[in-house]
Amino acid sequence: MGTVKIPIGPQHPALKEPESFLISLNGEKITDVGMRLGYNHRGIEKAAEGRTYIQNMPLLERVCGICSHSHSTAFSQAVEEIAGVEIPKRAKYIRTIIGELERVHSHLLWLGVAGHEVGFDTLLMYSWRDREVVMDLLAEITGNRVQYAMNALGGVRRDIDKEKQEHILKAVDVLEERTKYYINIATKETTLIKRLSGVGSISKEDVIKLGTVGPTGRASGVTRDIRKDDPYAAYADMEFNVITDTHCDVYGRAVVRLLELMETYKILRQAVKNIPDGDVSVRFPRRVPAGEATSRYEAPRGEDVHYVKANGTDKPERVKLRAPTMANLQSVAKMLENNNLADVPITIAAIDPCFSCTDRMIKIDNVSSGKLEMITWGDLRNQSIDFYKREHGLDFAELNKKYRERGTL
Amino acid sequence: MTELSRENNIKDQLLVKFKFLGDKIVVKRDRRISADVDLLNFREVFSYLVNDMGFLRICMITGFDEGENFAAKYHLTDDKGIVFDLKTYIPKTNPVIKTVSDIISGGLLYERELVDMFGIKVEGLPEGERYPLPDGWPEGQYPLRKDWNKDMLKD
Repeated sequence: MGTVKIPIGPQHPALKEPESFLISLNGEKITDVGMRLGYNHRGIEKAAEGRTYIQNMPLLERVCGICSHSHSTAFSQAVEEIAGVEIPKRAKYIRTIIGELERVHSHLLWLGVAGHEVGFDTLLMYSWRDREVVMDLLAEITGNRVQYAMNALGGVRRDIDKEKQEHILKAVDVLEERTKYYINIATKETTLIKRLSGVGSISKEDVIKLGTVGPTGRASGVTRDIRKDDPYAAYADMEFNVITDTHCDVYGRAVVRLLELMETYKILRQAVKNIPDGDVSVRFPRRVPAGEATSRYEAPRGEDVHYVKANGTDKPERVKLRAPTMANLQSVAKMLENNNLADVPITIAAIDPCFSCTDRMIKIDNVSSGKLEMITWGDLRNQSIDFYKREHGLDFAELNKKYRERGTL
Repeated sequence: MTELSRENNIKDQLLVKFKFLGDKIVVKRDRRISADVDLLNFREVFSYLVNDMGFLRICMITGFDEGENFAAKYHLTDDKGIVFDLKTYIPKTNPVIKTVSDIISGGLLYERELVDMFGIKVEGLPEGERYPLPDGWPEGQYPLRKDWNKDMLKD
């Protein structure tokens, strides 16, 4: 039988975001993989050139829904380096804490997705339930479950007080216990081990050659972690190990992420214990002197790189960034070679490609009455209409009514 | 400045091999080195960095529209955490640069970005899908050129 070509994507139930793969098959075996990317290209680099540094902070934070803190930290680090501004030590610790909490939520999310892709939905339910612990914590500290908006040029926007520090330590205890349970499953549960072993293999040599980053690279025995190699924020003060594995397959990637979580808890405990007193931000100039800087950050998925060139005005001359998935996608074709068609979803999911999902209802604990209230999408809309009327004299009520009648709301 | 000994060693080693780099090579801080090189010598310096100095990984390529010319900055890293930014200049009259995919793999997508976003021709780039613009994107529209704006897309 000759070669059969199967398109997967750009819209496909097995993919969580639009990419297009053209898989060539000989029987069940994959012989070649073609890839088409760019469906999510939003022109952020061009947009950044037309905005001031301050306006760019929320823009760059929205590069990714999951690694939002990673991108805004990488960007602010670059701008701060050009401006020659040293942020307070306490701000560095807070950036580290948020960064590690982000890693916890991202890795637990991945664990659930991986479980789902191999038909182990109990793992999905469990790990996403536990993920809520860290999501609630992030919401408490930053006000948001995602897009934390913690970073400002020159430091961070919110402090983490004693009470919140206690909550972090308590949550870390819970999460650590749960992670131990998952490590136990991953190392003892035969079905899971057999399903993931030998799937999506990539050798250490290929990982180095293709520039694969993060847990995907570390699962093939490459000891590369920006937190250790090129320390930023408060990582130089932290004691932790870089977790590697030599399985080189999807199983290795699962083990690395789980064991990495244990190191993250170590970092969180140290950061909370040793956080220095002082300010959380310094004054940052509107205009940034001409110069350039390359900044790197170890996001949950791997190395995140930002480059900023300043021209002395309040807007950057050029902003360039590369998210870890971009580096890792180049290795997916190699991983899929000689695998079965049925292994495509989990192999792609194993590099943890990034997707965002932020639509939600808000549940607020009403402090004065002690009651739980549900705020619906419609309530939120009405609140924002009132806000614009009150604060800016703009009335969107008519427009809102029109949309409602058309059924587009 | 003993802290910067690793970075200065790399700089000295390069200066011995490529005298023309002169003051174009700068150690900016710990773990950050950058150099400017003209297009003629670019490939030679680039392959020396990759093959002899251990800068085995390409992080990304930043393209620039600098008015009279284009430029491309190749961000290379080694496994000790050092980033080497090598910049070269490409004339607008003949915007062509040779691919580096024969020297280092893993940079294909970044080279395709130069093609789509700046209209820089990359010679020797293997055949493949374009990135990142859609298939129906109009000819001659290069979004990251400084004279481009979104209104130019309208008929």
